[in-house]
Amino acid sequence: MIDFVSPTLEYALLAPILIVLAGALIGVLIEAFAPRSARASSQLFITLATLTISLASLIRVRNSASTTAAMESVTFDGAGMLLQASILVISIIAVLLLADQENFTALASTLPGSDEERSSLQKDLRVTEIYPLTLFAVAGMLLFPLATDLITLFVALEMLSLPLYLLAGLSRRRRLMSQEAALKYFLLGAFSSAFFLMGVAYLYGYSASTSFAGIHAAVLGGTGNDIYLLSGIAFLSIGLLFKVGAVPFHAWSPDVYQGAPTAVTAFMAAATKVAAFGAMLRIFYVSFAEAYWQWRPALIAIALITMVFGSLVAIAQRDVKRMLAYSSIAHAGFLLSGVIALNKSGLDASIFYLFAYGVATVGAFGVVTLVRDSAGEVTDLNRWSGLGKRSPWVATAFAGFLLAFAGIPLTSGFIGKFSIFSAAYESGSTAILITGVLSSAIAAFFYIRVIVLMFFKDPVEDGTSVVIPSIYTQITIIVSAVVTFALGIYPTPLINFIQSTANFLR
Amino acid sequence: MNLANMNLLTLSMLLPLLGTVALAFTPKTSVLLTKQIALATTVLVAVVGILMAINFDFKAPGFQFVESRPWIPAFGINYALGIDGIALVLILMSVLLTPIVVIAGWNESEGGRWSAKTFYSLILVLETMMIGVFASTDVFLFYVFFEAMLVPVYFLIGGFGSGERAAAAVKFLLYSLFGGLLMLASIIGIFVMSTRYGNRTFDITTLAGLHTVLTPMMENFLFLGFFIAFAIKAPLWPMHTWLPDAAKSATPGTSVLLLGVLDKVGTFGMIRYCLTLFPEASKTFTPLIITLAVISILYGAFLAIGAKDIKRLIAYTSISHFGFITMGIFAMTTQGLSGATLYMFNHGFSTAALFLVAGFMISRRNSSTIADFGGLQRVTPIMAWSFFIAGMSSLALPGLSSFVSEFLVLVGTFTRYPVAAVILIPVQRALHGPTTPGNENLPDLNLREKVAIAPVIAIIVVLGFYPSPLLNIINPAVATVISQQGFTDPAPTTSEGK
Repeated sequence: MIDFVSPTLEYALLAPILIVLAGALIGVLIEAFAPRSARASSQLFITLATLTISLASLIRVRNSASTTAAMESVTFDGAGMLLQASILVISIIAVLLLADQENFTALASTLPGSDEERSSLQKDLRVTEIYPLTLFAVAGMLLFPLATDLITLFVALEMLSLPLYLLAGLSRRRRLMSQEAALKYFLLGAFSSAFFLMGVAYLYGYSASTSFAGIHAAVLGGTGNDIYLLSGIAFLSIGLLFKVGAVPFHAWSPDVYQGAPTAVTAFMAAATKVAAFGAMLRIFYVSFAEAYWQWRPALIAIALITMVFGSLVAIAQRDVKRMLAYSSIAHAGFLLSGVIALNKSGLDASIFYLFAYGVATVGAFGVVTLVRDSAGEVTDLNRWSGLGKRSPWVATAFAGFLLAFAGIPLTSGFIGKFSIFSAAYESGSTAILITGVLSSAIAAFFYIRVIVLMFFKDPVEDGTSVVIPSIYTQITIIVSAVVTFALGIYPTPLINFIQSTANFLR
Repeated sequence: MNLANMNLLTLSMLLPLLGTVALAFTPKTSVLLTKQIALATTVLVAVVGILMAINFDFKAPGFQFVESRPWIPAFGINYALGIDGIALVLILMSVLLTPIVVIAGWNESEGGRWSAKTFYSLILVLETMMIGVFASTDVFLFYVFFEAMLVPVYFLIGGFGSGERAAAAVKFLLYSLFGGLLMLASIIGIFVMSTRYGNRTFDITTLAGLHTVLTPMMENFLFLGFFIAFAIKAPLWPMHTWLPDAAKSATPGTSVLLLGVLDKVGTFGMIRYCLTLFPEASKTFTPLIITLAVISILYGAFLAIGAKDIKRLIAYTSISHFGFITMGIFAMTTQGLSGATLYMFNHGFSTAALFLVAGFMISRRNSSTIADFGGLQRVTPIMAWSFFIAGMSSLALPGLSSFVSEFLVLVGTFTRYPVAAVILIPVQRALHGPTTPGNENLPDLNLREKVAIAPVIAIIVVLGFYPSPLLNIINPAVATVISQQGFTDPAPTTSEGK
């Protein structure tokens, strides 16, 4: 019989998460009580304020570290702090995209094509629930890379996933596709959660513990049954690899990227990646590091397949959101090299890469929200031709993000690619290095093709145009572009900061 | 003078950027002002370049105008500049060619997709990167310039060229990116190896000792990453197919910069990086490379014979020339290297002259087919003779210069004739052919065009008779490369280059 001990919590270290949760609850209350007309603006304000305060409270505790932030199930350390900061910064610029309500359905509960839908559109209703939902997801993401207990990890996983499933179905146009995407995401996500739980069970069977430290001790002790360990790592990895969209667990991502409202795609693509890779880095670096001979070959194989598959299939895409989805699959492969590296430079490189990639992704999707015709966003690449002539600045920004994805020097993507591949090679994986650069060469092909379309083809007269961006969208795109190039030209401050701060507490 | 020494390289890279900023504030409508700013900037940079040459100490070994600041210390990356004789000659060539291109291409920006402002901004940014790529003494910095340079060239070809310009630009970019990424793999390899065997650094002088600790296989792989990238840049058969398309589609000015300067980055890189960093691997691969070079020489010449388009013809002959240069480099003798460097300089100017005059002809005739230029000598003598001199220099000058390593003499004997024949095709038509209908009233070169072509022709002629000033600059640097890596000249010619 175990005595129940009342938990001791280090509130200062948990504050960033708690503040976001509080903000989300306030958002729910606003939904319930505030008059309809006041909701949109107050929700946006609350959301931005919450995220900013959370970031501020995180900065305040940036130098603390503790394994007992919440009874050993949450560890606050340098790497966790950096990941949380990246998630918050990316969320802030992504939330500005949500402010453009043109993206979202008027009333989520109406059937597509029904009379209710038409009347809700006429009444100019707005789904302001997106803000609290986003905040809940952010809270889950903040917890995810800090969790050092498998149960907490699972709770965080669900907390970040459920709001995203909902958000994916809220598109204003092509609602059936959007709802299909949400359902797909939900069902496949549920499957992956089941795998994840099975992994937790095996690991518990192996080590008689659900905490990372306990598993680590069991791995060091080497007395457990290795079959359990191997199955545990395998099933757990399936759950995590699903979230990052690695092949062969990627099938959801093109459909969801395409179907979800673009602003949600931006948030999901960027912030989820940071959170999921953060958690993956922690569990592999902290718990499984000494058992690397068990999982590394499999993970290397997955990384190689993911890079090559993502780059190759992206070539065939005619839809800009699907293309970005496959490109994000390829990037997941590149990011996996940071996990495989299993050294300090791999950790540093992964954090830099995650931040740089996340910011560029939000910027790129921000541009996608601007290209429209009378029926909404235009994502067919053919209709993007001549964009450079119509609106040179928007096209230039998009080209900049694409060059960053392609890893051209003087953009953040290049520094990221260089550091992550060199970390992988440092750990002895020549295959990753060679496959990485070759698939980057393949990937360059389709990025450049979009640039050709925008700049060297003549515009087609079919009503496609770039809307004047709202001030929020402008801020998002400008901030993303500035960060992308600043980190390419002079990344030293950030790299030094990461290098001196990033570490995992055991 | 010390102060000048400190800053000349950075200054020459900063000036074009300042010019770009000035252009950004120029209204789109004042095209003339745009051109004047661009011209003034490039002339100023050329003056700085000449100052650099005057202050350069021919006798001193090693890099001069050295400047080094930490850039990304975490990776041991520095913003490190410095030039030896080889780099100086190439920088000189770049900064002299750029204003000439601006004058000669005064109206080039007009057929483009974008404004003159964009055109000249791209040219100026490109100039900064051209200087940077030759002046870097940090391998990472070199790579950054090497890759970033592709972006302005890509837009220059795709935005302002003619014909299938977009396709040509993409082809150029994809070939170059592919090579560049292979080089990135090698650079990561160097980075990891230098970390493992001592200190993290990208400093070329320190890295020159790295090969002593590498296994032969590792050295070979790292070498190949660099070499393939350079062999795409200074196209060797079979990596050459992008060049004719790019040269044909680009404006004549862009073609000058592309073939005259950018492709030299490839051959320069072979000397600076392949030979210096991987001497053993260079020796291992020499037979293969010489074979490719010989194939390029012959193949380029044969293709050129069949070329109907004057710009393609120049591009094909250039492939031939790059074969010669590569062969000179991998002969690994002082004469070979000096000859190759001089060849690069000469090729830069003779190709510039050919492209510029070809551009003048094309703009008058609205056609780039060689057959259309019949009998120009009677109608437009200055233009025709300029082309003649340039063409002659393109085939003869390297023969006259000190390009006499054993390999060259041997192979050159067999290959001189097709190359000669090729250049003679347009020359013969222009000089002696019947006047093609429609050519009777073509105007000869105007003042602006004369101003542009005169210095080029002057340089070609003067250096043809008196190349020793350049050789004085080149030879000590070449001697350093040779001695540093333990290459030895074949017995009879050991002391001549020193």
